[in-house]
Amino acid sequence: MGAVSTISIWIMPCLIGFVLVYGTFKKVSTYEAFVEGGKEGFSIAVSIIPYLVGMLVAITVFRASGALDFLISSFQPFLAIVGVPSDIVPLALIRPISGTGALAMTSDLIATHGPDSFIGRLASTMQGSTDTTLYILTVYFGAVGIRKMGDALKVGLLADFVGIISAIVFVTIVFG
Amino acid sequence: MVNLIWVFMFVFGIIYAAINGTMEEVNKVLFTSAQEAVTISLGLISILVFWLGLMNIAKQAGLLHKLTSLFKPFVRRLFPEIPPDHPAMGYILSNMVANLFGLGNAATPMGIKAMEQMKRLNDDRDDVSRSMITFLAINTSSLTIIPTTVIAIRMNYGSVSPTDIVATTLMATTCSTLAAILIDRYFHRRRVMKRRQ
Repeated sequence: MGAVSTISIWIMPCLIGFVLVYGTFKKVSTYEAFVEGGKEGFSIAVSIIPYLVGMLVAITVFRASGALDFLISSFQPFLAIVGVPSDIVPLALIRPISGTGALAMTSDLIATHGPDSFIGRLASTMQGSTDTTLYILTVYFGAVGIRKMGDALKVGLLADFVGIISAIVFVTIVFG
Repeated sequence: MVNLIWVFMFVFGIIYAAINGTMEEVNKVLFTSAQEAVTISLGLISILVFWLGLMNIAKQAGLLHKLTSLFKPFVRRLFPEIPPDHPAMGYILSNMVANLFGLGNAATPMGIKAMEQMKRLNDDRDDVSRSMITFLAINTSSLTIIPTTVIAIRMNYGSVSPTDIVATTLMATTCSTLAAILIDRYFHRRRVMKRRQ
């Protein structure tokens, strides 16, 4: 663990230092280049706002009404037949939709079942091996004003599905 | 499809709330979640400004170009639409590298820059291009080598070996990324077939 946490603390500052030293070496006017590039960040952040407001309000309404829980619980018995532990189903379903929701659910699963239990390890693996597809799509497409997403969502969600299945398979092989 | 999912979440949520008496909760979150979305977007400003600033130095120093030529043979096949020396490649690669090392904060600004360049390649149209879908598929399947957040949570709850999920995470991520690439290829082929008919 020591090595991993050391690496994760050192990597950012080292990267920044490297870029700055390399830039200086290559005679880039570093500070001016930084300010010039950074200016863009402001307008990008502002242009994301409507996309994120629209998506986040819809997700939260869906969750707060209890509709998400209802949908998850109606999926649970079906997936239990296939052999998926029913405790993990909510996490699998919420992971592509809401990053904060998934993180909260992972912590909750780890707290109830223990980090080194089968469910705890499965939740950890799932959390680490997929990403919040809907959020990524909203932010990336929103920032550059893409309105027609085409197959992007389908591809993303199908990949999530494979990720979740392989998390279950590998955790069962390694720890089961 | 996004339009449908979006409307479905609202309408199904409201109908469900009407039946189950949770309308008050819905009312409450209606405005707090909008506010939260703005807070998230504005919170991104600091990250975006800092990393885009640093990226600009890296670009002017020729680092992005170096990165591109290093991985050229590999990425060229993934993104056949993008000319190998196009700046989009540099941003795509730095986004991937940042993701690999779990630098989520740095990855987003680079991903947005990559998107911007790909849009330019697509004649600035507002619909999605093939390379954009590939890029997003790889991104959503998550490339992280070291899932730092998860390890931190596991430590918090007193795990005996917080890092023992790194191996399984890596295997699952590899599978989902490979699947993402294959699924993306499949959908691309399907689009091409449709256009031919």
